[in-house]
Amino acid sequence: MTPLSAAEKIAGPAIDWAGLSPFIAVLGGALVVLLLGLSRSRAAREAAVPALSIAALALAAGLSVWQWGERKDLISGSLRLDELTLVLTLMFCIAGIAAILLSWRHVAPREAAHGEYHALLLTAIAGMIVLVAAQNLVTVFLGLELLSIPLYVLCATELRRASSLESGLKYLVVGSLGSATLLYGLALLYGATGSTDFGAIGRALGADELLGDPLLLTGIGLTIVGLGFKASVAPFHQWTPDVYEGAPTPVTAFMAVATKAAAFGVMLRLFHGPLLSASDDWAPALAALAAVTIIVGNVGALGQSSLKRLLAYSSVAQAGYMLAGVVVASRLGLQSTVFYLAVYLVMNLAAFAVIVARERDTPHGDDIASLNGLGASQPLLAWPMTIAMLALAGFPATAGFIGKFYLIDATVSGDYTWLGVLIVVGSMISLAYYLRVIAAIWMTPDEEVAPVPLPGADRPVLAGGSSEAAGLRGQGEVVAVAVVFGALTLILGIVPSPLFDVVRDAGAALGLL
Amino acid sequence: MTLTILLFAPLAIGLVCLAAPARAAGRIAVAGTLAVAAYTVALLVEFDASSGSLQFLVDETWIGELGISYKLALDGLNLILVLLTALLWLACTLWASMRSYDKPQLLFFHMLLAETAVLGALLAQDLALFVVFFDLMLVPFFFLTGIWGGARRVQATMKLVIYTLVGSLLMLTAAIATGVLSARGAPGLSFAFSDLAQRELSTSSQYWIFLFFAAAFLVKMPAFPLHGWMPDAYRTMPLPVLAVFSGVLSKVAAYGFLRICLPLFPDATTHFQTLILLVALASILYGSAMAFTTTEARLILGYSSVAQLGFITLGIFALNAEGAQGAILQSFNHGLVVAPAFFIVALLAERAGGSQDIRDMGGVALRAPALATLFLIVAFATLAMPGSANFAGEFLILLGVFETKMAIAIAASTGVVLASFYALRLFIGAMHNRTGPRVDSRELTPRDALVLVPLVLAIIAISLYPQFALQRSEPTIAGERAPAVLAAEPGSGP
Repeated sequence: MTPLSAAEKIAGPAIDWAGLSPFIAVLGGALVVLLLGLSRSRAAREAAVPALSIAALALAAGLSVWQWGERKDLISGSLRLDELTLVLTLMFCIAGIAAILLSWRHVAPREAAHGEYHALLLTAIAGMIVLVAAQNLVTVFLGLELLSIPLYVLCATELRRASSLESGLKYLVVGSLGSATLLYGLALLYGATGSTDFGAIGRALGADELLGDPLLLTGIGLTIVGLGFKASVAPFHQWTPDVYEGAPTPVTAFMAVATKAAAFGVMLRLFHGPLLSASDDWAPALAALAAVTIIVGNVGALGQSSLKRLLAYSSVAQAGYMLAGVVVASRLGLQSTVFYLAVYLVMNLAAFAVIVARERDTPHGDDIASLNGLGASQPLLAWPMTIAMLALAGFPATAGFIGKFYLIDATVSGDYTWLGVLIVVGSMISLAYYLRVIAAIWMTPDEEVAPVPLPGADRPVLAGGSSEAAGLRGQGEVVAVAVVFGALTLILGIVPSPLFDVVRDAGAALGLL
Repeated sequence: MTLTILLFAPLAIGLVCLAAPARAAGRIAVAGTLAVAAYTVALLVEFDASSGSLQFLVDETWIGELGISYKLALDGLNLILVLLTALLWLACTLWASMRSYDKPQLLFFHMLLAETAVLGALLAQDLALFVVFFDLMLVPFFFLTGIWGGARRVQATMKLVIYTLVGSLLMLTAAIATGVLSARGAPGLSFAFSDLAQRELSTSSQYWIFLFFAAAFLVKMPAFPLHGWMPDAYRTMPLPVLAVFSGVLSKVAAYGFLRICLPLFPDATTHFQTLILLVALASILYGSAMAFTTTEARLILGYSSVAQLGFITLGIFALNAEGAQGAILQSFNHGLVVAPAFFIVALLAERAGGSQDIRDMGGVALRAPALATLFLIVAFATLAMPGSANFAGEFLILLGVFETKMAIAIAASTGVVLASFYALRLFIGAMHNRTGPRVDSRELTPRDALVLVPLVLAIIAISLYPQFALQRSEPTIAGERAPAVLAAEPGSGP
């Protein structure tokens, strides 16, 4: 009689490697990049590391496309692979690739070491995938931390700039508070329903006696607050402008689009999944938050002169629009939210790419003045920025218009017409600041015609000088990102059907009506 | 397909202009708008004037998930306005091509994008498509005013865009609500006018939806209490842009009432009839009074437009066939009159040392008899001299209103008298009187005559034969407006 080997005694969970493959590609890429970053060869660090990171993300995106149409539980039901997971994974990969291209010759990866910078970025994406695929309260928390901790560090990667460090620290403190609140909420949800598994929670709530239970309500409330921190929903948005402004711009771009997509992804998973039958409890609360967020974000953006702060407040406002989609607990609500997330990603990446380019070209940093006269001097940057701003404001023939149309359609269908009207009121307020940006580009001449040396160019690097100043004028990849996403904003506004098809699959995945 | 070509030809030419060298851009744009105008005339010839149904129909699905179709057609309501658009754009592009502007490629691109947007709003037979093009109209005008405008252009542009977009966004919500609320109990979401007209919309929903649409249209016109953006924008807009803006865009708003509000929200239309009539009356009186007192030539024309649009609105909300026909005819007339009037004002300013104030003008006629003659014809048309098409239009409008709201019609007819005051004041102030201190009068140059003479000939032509417009709109109006007219019947009448 042969003794059983250890492996045979413990029956491990069946692991579907194909389903996990996008996640593995990202995490594997992170490990390889981290090791390669230790190489002594400068070329390996500065060229191979970003290239490999992009390759890993492209591979993950390709694998997601390959897995399209699969719907299955992974690792004993702790993760769920379906079109919602996959479409969000695609968004994270696209945002990641754009962020890597924007930081290719940026100061941040150089100061933080290329290997670490890119490995952190990839790890954050892995965390996002776990978060939006989670089918278990514990996995939700794991995913959230896996995404947050790398981002705290990434915010602080411009080691010699105080505001970058401040941004990282602020994000750490506020983010931890958000995580703690969320954890508390999740614990109470477990306490109320007796399970951490989404399916079991859904069944417990379906039994109906629980609805109105104070424990459950507190749990839902704290969960909303915790996720509200991540999605920068007012009044939990106060960190957003400071962190966005201080963080290196490529990181800001990544946070603005990918973190938001992840936070909304998990909200959809949770509220349109196990908590669906309690929608009478959470929908009014979310609707109120959406209303506050739309107003606070749009009004906050009005007086901003820093483009990054302006876009931070604008992202708060946009979060409010998307939250209005989450409020509508139907397939239409889910689809319109995912649609807007995709549109939001495209518009913002175009805008941030232009900001990155102008930060390098002008002494104004991210001030609106950096865009003065751009229409005459650099149409390849001026047009994407113009299109992005028009799209964010919701002008027709851009993707932003269709996105808003879809959201308003969802709110009106879900008997939240007042929320639809509020989206429009928010858009009206937003015109005042989006048009200011366009006016700077096309209608304000640039006073300084001669190229101006970057601040600190005359100082040695160690003394706070910018190491970028030395001949980093070439930025073809940044312009390319701006042009590609600007064009996409326009194309999706005219031919939105492909995106609708993708979103329809994602909507079908949750089995809503 | 025919209408798709018409709709996107200007945009395509605009893109060519964008890529062309600076010197050629103007010529390409003129050739392009000429082709568009010729194509429109060809469609006009082929148009079956005896039919009230949609012609040259294009009907494709654009966004199936949202029930938005790409549906274009010509009928009696929009045919004349499409013609007006094509003609005025040709005139304005021609005018612009003979003057030098900074970055001409971009200027002509935006001009032609604007033509596509206006044509789209006029041709659309789908509510969502209409909203798309109606909002899109604003984008090129934002750039045209903001980049090539005069003093304080950025502020004026902001004001213009925020005013009009507030209205437009309200309209967006209202449009979506119309589609969604009327789709309850119907197979699938649809925004096509033909589907919406058959679906039920509760009276209470109609009320707020109607008000949102009315806000958008009244701002665009502009009508009296919502005209705050107008003076600044009119002062600063580059002249060819102003001519199309005043000549065509305001008519799109009036057309919106006729195309959307009356057939789709019949209950609300009758409910708010008196309110809108009073707004129109206020616009007539206020516009006329302001046109009579202000001394800036551009603003005289601007306020006279407010008054004229008041007349057009009055005709539409008479809710009978005479009023509607008069409104369509008057829309065409006003566009045709106000564009040359703006050009003449620009010519006068060139002769009065750059000032557009009528106090600085005067005595121009002495050395420029041809210009004075053209101006006199335009002025007579503006004041609706009997014999002019404007007379026929205003007569029909007042006739229509007399049938429904006698008191308002009587008050409104004072507007006709006031029009002769301000039109003649402008003419006399600029052309006769004592010669101004800085006036250096000279005759019309051939290049300016090239723009002005055809427009004046068109005014004369439509005056001689206003049936041209009336015949083509009659069958459509008899069909299209039937529900609202019938609903209005019990409350009105002798």
